[in-house]
Amino acid sequence: MDGGYSRINEETHPQLLDLIPNERNWFVTRDGDHNIEGSKSHHGNGDEKKLELRLGPPGVEDWSVSDAQRSYKSPQKAAQKRYQIFKDLYFAVHACKQKQISCVSHMFSHFCTNLDSIYLFFIFFLYVSVSCFGETHQLLGAPAPVVGWPPIRSFRKNIASSSSKQAPVSDSQNGVVSNNIVEKGKLVENCQKGFFVKINMNGVPIGRKVDLNAYDTYEKLSVAVDQLFRGLLAAQNDTSGCGNNGNYQDEKPITGLLDGNGEYTLVYEDNEGDRMLVGDVPWHMFVSSVKRLRVIKTSEISNISRKDEKIKV
Amino acid sequence: MVYSLPEEVLEHVFSFIVSDKDRNVVSLVCKSWYEMERWCRRRIFVGNCYAVSPSIMIRRFPEVRCVELKGKPHFADFNLVPEGWGGYACSWIEEMSKAYPWLEEIRLKRMVVTDESLELISTSFKNFRVLVLSSCEGFSTDGLSAIAANCRNLRVLDLQESEVMDLSGHWLSHFPETFTSIESLNMSCLGSEVSFSALERLVARSPNLKTLRLNRSVPLGKLSTLLHLAPQLVELGTGAYSSGIRSDVYSSLSKAFLGCKEIKGLSGFWDVDLSYLPAFYSVCSRLTTLNLSYATIKSPDITKVISQCPNLQRLWVLDHIEDSGLNALALSCKNLQELRVFPSDMYAADANVTLTEQGLVSVSQGCTKLQSVLYFCHQMSNSALITIAKNRPNLTCFRLCIIEPRTPDYLTHEPLDIGFGAIVKHCKNLNRLSLSGLLTDRVFEYIGVHAKKLDMLSIAFAGDSDLGLHYVLSGCKSLKKLEIRDCPFGDTALLANVAKLATMRSLWMSSCAVSIGACKILSQKMPMLNVEVIDENGTLDSKLDSCLVEKLYVYRTVAGPRSDMPGYIWTMDRDSSSRI
Repeated sequence: MDGGYSRINEETHPQLLDLIPNERNWFVTRDGDHNIEGSKSHHGNGDEKKLELRLGPPGVEDWSVSDAQRSYKSPQKAAQKRYQIFKDLYFAVHACKQKQISCVSHMFSHFCTNLDSIYLFFIFFLYVSVSCFGETHQLLGAPAPVVGWPPIRSFRKNIASSSSKQAPVSDSQNGVVSNNIVEKGKLVENCQKGFFVKINMNGVPIGRKVDLNAYDTYEKLSVAVDQLFRGLLAAQNDTSGCGNNGNYQDEKPITGLLDGNGEYTLVYEDNEGDRMLVGDVPWHMFVSSVKRLRVIKTSEISNISRKDEKIKV
Repeated sequence: MVYSLPEEVLEHVFSFIVSDKDRNVVSLVCKSWYEMERWCRRRIFVGNCYAVSPSIMIRRFPEVRCVELKGKPHFADFNLVPEGWGGYACSWIEEMSKAYPWLEEIRLKRMVVTDESLELISTSFKNFRVLVLSSCEGFSTDGLSAIAANCRNLRVLDLQESEVMDLSGHWLSHFPETFTSIESLNMSCLGSEVSFSALERLVARSPNLKTLRLNRSVPLGKLSTLLHLAPQLVELGTGAYSSGIRSDVYSSLSKAFLGCKEIKGLSGFWDVDLSYLPAFYSVCSRLTTLNLSYATIKSPDITKVISQCPNLQRLWVLDHIEDSGLNALALSCKNLQELRVFPSDMYAADANVTLTEQGLVSVSQGCTKLQSVLYFCHQMSNSALITIAKNRPNLTCFRLCIIEPRTPDYLTHEPLDIGFGAIVKHCKNLNRLSLSGLLTDRVFEYIGVHAKKLDMLSIAFAGDSDLGLHYVLSGCKSLKKLEIRDCPFGDTALLANVAKLATMRSLWMSSCAVSIGACKILSQKMPMLNVEVIDENGTLDSKLDSCLVEKLYVYRTVAGPRSDMPGYIWTMDRDSSSRI
């Protein structure tokens, strides 16, 4: 493998064909068996063990590796083998990316003689195009996933990622089928595009829009709200009409939006139409149910009619 | 002259004999004992629902109060068993509804249960008390509504890890206001929100509630309300363990936990917010069970928690605990009996998580009562396994999963045969073992020779030849459940050990080297076995006998071939394969 690469830097494309070491057999044999390196060594062991195996229980037929087992396909081994070859090719491509891409077509024609490698090259080409645009090195660290391995229940998978992303509850839980397709659709939409909701502030006639997907905690949202409205609020309160050019010392930061201590409090309207205090539920749950936001004066809270509130979990 | 005790006396004596094995022995003594025993047996455990039919069970045991059934093979947990395989509880529940009007308890595991069955349960058994649906599927919250509405004396409703179709959260409201008997409620697997006010009212009027496992959607802010209503709780599963920036949530939660003097077990802890962790510190000293396997908190924070739990007996945790956390566990928790360490990242060895074999070695050294281990890691060595075996000969369950298949000893690059060999040699009471890593036939030789009490063995990506399987089948006297995937085990070993299969509950082999012809021979030789071949391509009829089977499931039965198989499963029967 190493010998091949040192030649790339100096020579032109014909040398790339030498990248494929001769001992690797690329061709599919007639009976459909893949003459995989792995199984070769497997046979080697089998040959050595033939002596051992013959000491098996009396009356039982030959214990040696049977024909069935010789043709025993190890899909997992084949996949690992492909992956290994793929890895080698990646390095080759990476090295020649700066050189001639046309050399790739020569490799392609060389490999097109067998089905297995067509599949390989398809991925290879995809990979070239991807690697030209970005770093995909982490792919190399990940082995090919096998069905049912490692032996973990599905609800235990992706715990690490689901707690940091804004994954909706019903999706990250144990395969629970949510019949609420509309909700699911909306949630997918939230995660893919920016999730912009309107936010209005009492006393400020112009509303803003805030992208909730840009934040993952209430604190960050609070900071953003402060940034959105601080200037507008100051402008509103500035009745002398002196203009707002550089008059920043009159702008008060909007704090205490979440703990009830500030002059203003952040509330929201949820998907059931109720007005709710921001901060009670986990962030991802909040994002999945919020429709719009509002910044109201803390003193106004007691004036809100009780009969508008429904009992909600 | 035969002197025998009067029936009433014998019955009273029999009532003290609870283990199934002992009861079976009692029934073999003589005909009158057989008769007496069958009339007074109250508990039935059926480890494979296809091993016997409901009518056979009902005919022999007419006065049963508690039934426990298991359905799908264990590998169904990992998606190796295709959809529609079977395990339907329907026929069992229908027949029991007619035959056992006084049935009190039903426990099902890995079975398919429908809403109709749940409704039937709720209306057929007047004294119904316990419903446990573990890893089941096929029902929705409508079925739960029926249970809630009709089971007046329900004590236990446990939906552990089941897949429930969540239609609405209002099923809880169907418990009538007069219903006060609930002792254990586990709804942690449900996805959507339940009606909190209904939950609150239910908890408030249930003085016997000892176990409450909430689902993720119950917000932390509401937890303190529930705890104040149920300070007698012994087992608590929290919902999501985070909240916004509400300072009062922490203080009320902390106060609520202070009021719960009986809590011994905690679980839940989804989406943990570190700032709320100390709220439950007040109960740590009493904790015997702690399940942090959904909590992605880092090692120092986990260490802080467990170092306050000296009475911990069972700990389930993610690999974020790292070796350092396990070292702390070994120092603090001298009563630890069971440890399960789950992986946080399935595939790549996360560079930020340093959990190695060392952590397990420390725990095996420090926790002298350790009996049960489930450990996921990325590297292992023979020397570590030998050390663990010598430290803890009292291990009864050892399940090691090295995440990358066929990984050798990372120090010597050799197979892990001698390591696992040491485990089976030293741990004489080992009844459950799961293997992983690079293994040759040698490890199976050790297992066959030493693991005489082994009840269940799980093998994946291991072995070189049929000898491996032969060693296991011929050597492990107590083996009841064997599940194998992706191993080069074939016809020879299987056909050389047919008699063994009749002493086992079941054998699962997938992606191995067993041929169709061998399955037919096995079926012919052993009429008391169901030999089921799974071929999802649906082409078994046209294949030659020399073709390999995809998946094979063999189990002993007195009920004959089953009639509810999907199209892709064939029962090997006599000369021809038949699909009923």
